[in-house]
Amino acid sequence: MPGSMWLIPVLPFAASAVLLFFGRRLGAVLGPLVGAAATGTSFVLSLLGLLALRGGAPAYHAQIRWAEVGDLSIRMGFMFDKLEAAVVTMVTFASFFIQLYAMGYMRGDAKYNRFFTIVSLFTAGMLTTVMADNLLLFTLGWEIMGFASFSLIGHWFEKIENAWAAFKAFVTTRIGDLGLMAAMFLLAAQAGTLQFDGIFEAVEGAAGAWWVTLAALFLFWAAVGKSAQLPLHVWLPDAMAGPTPVSALIHAATMVAAGVFLVARNYALFEASGTALDVVAWVGGVTLLFAAVVAVLQEDIKKVLAYSTMSQLGYMMMALGVGGYAAGVFHVVTHGYFKALLFLGAGSVIHALHHEQNMHRMGGLFRRMPVTAVTFIIGMLALAGIPPFAGYYSKDEILLAAYEANSALFWIGSVGALLTAFYMTRAVVLTFFGRPRDKHVFEHAHESPAVMTVPLLALAVPSLLYGLLAPQLLGQPVHQWLAFGGHAAHHEPSSFVMAVATGVAVAGILLGAVVFGVVPAASRKAVISALRPLYTVIKNKFYFDELYQAVFVRGTRALAGVAGVVDRYVIDGLVNGAAALTVFIGSQTRRLTNGFAQAYMLVLVGGVVLGIIVFQAIGG
Amino acid sequence: MTGLPLLSLLVWLPLAGAVVLMFAGREQKSLPRAVATVVMAVQVVLALAAWAGFGDGPGFRYVERFEWLPSVGVTYHLGIDGLGLTLVALSAVIGLIAAVASYGIQDRVRDFYLYLLLLQTGIMGVFTALDYILFFIFWELMLVPMYFLIGIWGHDRREYAAIKFFVYTMVGSMIMLVSILALYFATGAGTFDMLAIAEAAPALPLAVQRLIFLGLFAGFAVKVPVVPLHTWLPDAHVEAPTPISVILAAVLLKAGGYAFFRISLPTLPEAAAAFGYFFAVLGIINIVWGALVALAQTDFKRVVAYSSVSHMGFVMLGLGAAALPAVSGAAEALTGAAYVMLAHGLNSALLFLLVGVYYDRLHTRDLNAMGGLFKAMPFAGTVLAWAIFANLGLPGLSGFIGEFFTFLGAYRTVPGLVYVGLVGLVLVTAFNLWTLHRVNFGPPNERYGHLSDMTARETLTLVPLVALTTLLGVYPGFVFDVLNQPVTTLLQRLAAGF
Repeated sequence: MPGSMWLIPVLPFAASAVLLFFGRRLGAVLGPLVGAAATGTSFVLSLLGLLALRGGAPAYHAQIRWAEVGDLSIRMGFMFDKLEAAVVTMVTFASFFIQLYAMGYMRGDAKYNRFFTIVSLFTAGMLTTVMADNLLLFTLGWEIMGFASFSLIGHWFEKIENAWAAFKAFVTTRIGDLGLMAAMFLLAAQAGTLQFDGIFEAVEGAAGAWWVTLAALFLFWAAVGKSAQLPLHVWLPDAMAGPTPVSALIHAATMVAAGVFLVARNYALFEASGTALDVVAWVGGVTLLFAAVVAVLQEDIKKVLAYSTMSQLGYMMMALGVGGYAAGVFHVVTHGYFKALLFLGAGSVIHALHHEQNMHRMGGLFRRMPVTAVTFIIGMLALAGIPPFAGYYSKDEILLAAYEANSALFWIGSVGALLTAFYMTRAVVLTFFGRPRDKHVFEHAHESPAVMTVPLLALAVPSLLYGLLAPQLLGQPVHQWLAFGGHAAHHEPSSFVMAVATGVAVAGILLGAVVFGVVPAASRKAVISALRPLYTVIKNKFYFDELYQAVFVRGTRALAGVAGVVDRYVIDGLVNGAAALTVFIGSQTRRLTNGFAQAYMLVLVGGVVLGIIVFQAIGG
Repeated sequence: MTGLPLLSLLVWLPLAGAVVLMFAGREQKSLPRAVATVVMAVQVVLALAAWAGFGDGPGFRYVERFEWLPSVGVTYHLGIDGLGLTLVALSAVIGLIAAVASYGIQDRVRDFYLYLLLLQTGIMGVFTALDYILFFIFWELMLVPMYFLIGIWGHDRREYAAIKFFVYTMVGSMIMLVSILALYFATGAGTFDMLAIAEAAPALPLAVQRLIFLGLFAGFAVKVPVVPLHTWLPDAHVEAPTPISVILAAVLLKAGGYAFFRISLPTLPEAAAAFGYFFAVLGIINIVWGALVALAQTDFKRVVAYSSVSHMGFVMLGLGAAALPAVSGAAEALTGAAYVMLAHGLNSALLFLLVGVYYDRLHTRDLNAMGGLFKAMPFAGTVLAWAIFANLGLPGLSGFIGEFFTFLGAYRTVPGLVYVGLVGLVLVTAFNLWTLHRVNFGPPNERYGHLSDMTARETLTLVPLVALTTLLGVYPGFVFDVLNQPVTTLLQRLAAGF
């Protein structure tokens, strides 16, 4: 194990600082390369770390004393064990190629350097979160990601909608973050520490205690916000306002998965509370189904992927909730690869079509951009869970875990898998196949430059092979590598589950191909009008946005308005009224009219006299 | 350093500067600026020297004690503990920044700097005085120059705001004075020495303690300011010239919290325990109310003013939670409260300076008239974003640390209130972000397309604050180390009172 593992999060930080101060001087090529080089070095380090762990080296852990307050001694440190190895390699790999890709995608952008500065900062934040050895440092990385996410969603803030999307994302996730704060207060009170190892030690003797459940639920609330689970999911679709590489990195591969990681990191707490695990499983289950249903009717290619992301995060949560720790974390990793690929593919299409994102204006693009199309289809097959693509392995594990724990959740997951395959096939067919629906858009379409297609190819490799070759890379089966607490919770392979998982994926693809490739559009319209009410509800995403707007946004603004009026006219009005009264009395008695100095002295003397009276009254 | 009366230098050097200015010509401009800048710079050096030589261990440092009016027991007694040290350092830094930021003042420059220096003497005096009479004199010395600085150099409604500020705080300080006298007479110690009275006062009957505590509260609470005694603050801020707003928010508001920490809690611990919950509730009200009202404002300066009201709530909460009998958590809450004072000093200074940067160019503070300013002023816009995120408590910047530890400590005694406060944090986030939104974002503002970005002087005043805000957010340990000793001392006193 290299002794410099702490450099993994620190290098991107340094790169970000360099870009902040010298980015413009470095130029459009060298600047991003600084960021990519830092991330690339972090990737190499993490790979070395992973190989060391594979060879049996002990986990890395280094810390420094940071602050002592009261009876709380806080040390800051980074650790690198098997969980971190699996996630950090994915994060740095994806971030590296996304930065390369962005050199093409963001070319000529007015805030080019700002973009890369914040992407590096973001990467540093994510790596800090993953490697932190205590909740406070975890929170630091977590919030840095929130800040970066805000800044990049609003990258094109000249359009006010984008700025509002950023606002919405930050405030919504911040509502979630209160859970993280509350959990820290509770754990500091009950466990007396914020270090993960100390917390887990305290939990060991307190399984089932009220505070363990409460702390787990608080933490989960934060995860719900960050991972866009119901009911705090509303920000993620809007976050697609950001440049597509950002959607790939932050809103698909890494930050949103940090919520899942939060649960995984604190799994000792969740495992000690059956209630908390049930809540995690069901929130995940409901979210995965909800988002998959909504994804079916989205027209914006990025929105399809956004709801798909939400849905997949739901799978991960469900996995953790039903005890499939390894399955959930494994899906974080595989999903990171193929979802980053899908987003970059979508970005390639959007780039080629001059920022056209509506799939109904696409079609037939396969011929025009074969590399994008082929890699996108690889990503789609991985997401759909077709063997031997990466997503198959992790999704199969999740369904297996659900099958053993709760049949309702298993069937929710299976229906979700069917829908996933269906809506992804729809996206692929509408985008790449059939006749071009918009001549003008199609004419301009062209394959993206190599700086963008090479990252697509690079991400296609793990999307295709990570599931198959992970055991070779890790030197042991994934469920052993990701064994929680040293004991691998191995689920007996079930041919029934495998058959269902593969069956629904294939069925979904066939259904999608038939409905969108064969059935004429008129028939689809007929079905839609027959199911109009259902269609409207789904199309409007079950009216969550409208509800929140009416209740929370308007409610808060109304409350603030009332407070403003009360403050100015009631509270201050009383003050001014009292002052007016004093002046009135003053003018009547002609005692306080000689200016301030005199008045001041008068009150001063009066005060002394009063003091003596009080003294007398008390009796000395 | 041993021979040098460090604190006396800190206190009286600005006064000496003011005296020099009295002999300067009325029309002089560069001389007063130079004198004030040099004095303030020397103060920063002195404060740094005080920090460097502070060392570990309990008790007050750099103590100077002479008989002054022995017949009534008045002494010239100065000294600082860790809390005083942080606030003296803050005041020195803010003083220097305010002096430089005031270069733009063109009207009666000599008089302006004269009052500014007088004000600085008052500020340093309050944070170092260990005798009640001395403390009271300095307390009032903060008041009078501030009155003139707002009343003469302020904006349109300056007289209204100045008088309101004056009357409000004066009424407060009169009640405070009465309470001080009551302490003096009731303890019968025959001395105005704070430490001596703090030894004697806990023996007073609880009813008397409570009465005096409330009297002191009236004086200090106005300064904090505690809702509903806060409405002088937005008016004073809106009318005051930029550098005066900076001092008002960054330093003067801290005098209230400091006085609770230095006087009320250690002197009257039993009464403090009785009113602890009351304090905590007031703190939460401040946090939530300040944020809520800030959300309703359209005047940039009023937003920042109500932000101060909100943040000072953390100080009240921390003090209140620490005063309550508790198993643990008091140290965290107190340290957090003290840290909030320091961090808010830097953040509010940063924000008010930025308000000034925009106002000087736009000649309006109306947020609805702004928007899309980032394109013309990217540097100012970036610094504003930094300040806003520090202000809303983003981890890694100064605002978070104090708020976090205040809540963390208070959670042990008043968890229910902390939950309410957490909800208040959403409002804090909302009004901060919305402010940033209304200034920076949106289509480039055609009307203000010609605006120039920040000048070198503005940069000079802002960058040190940005750096300090970041340092305090990343490595609070060096501040905790000096706060540890006064916090422990106070907690021992409070524990003895239970």
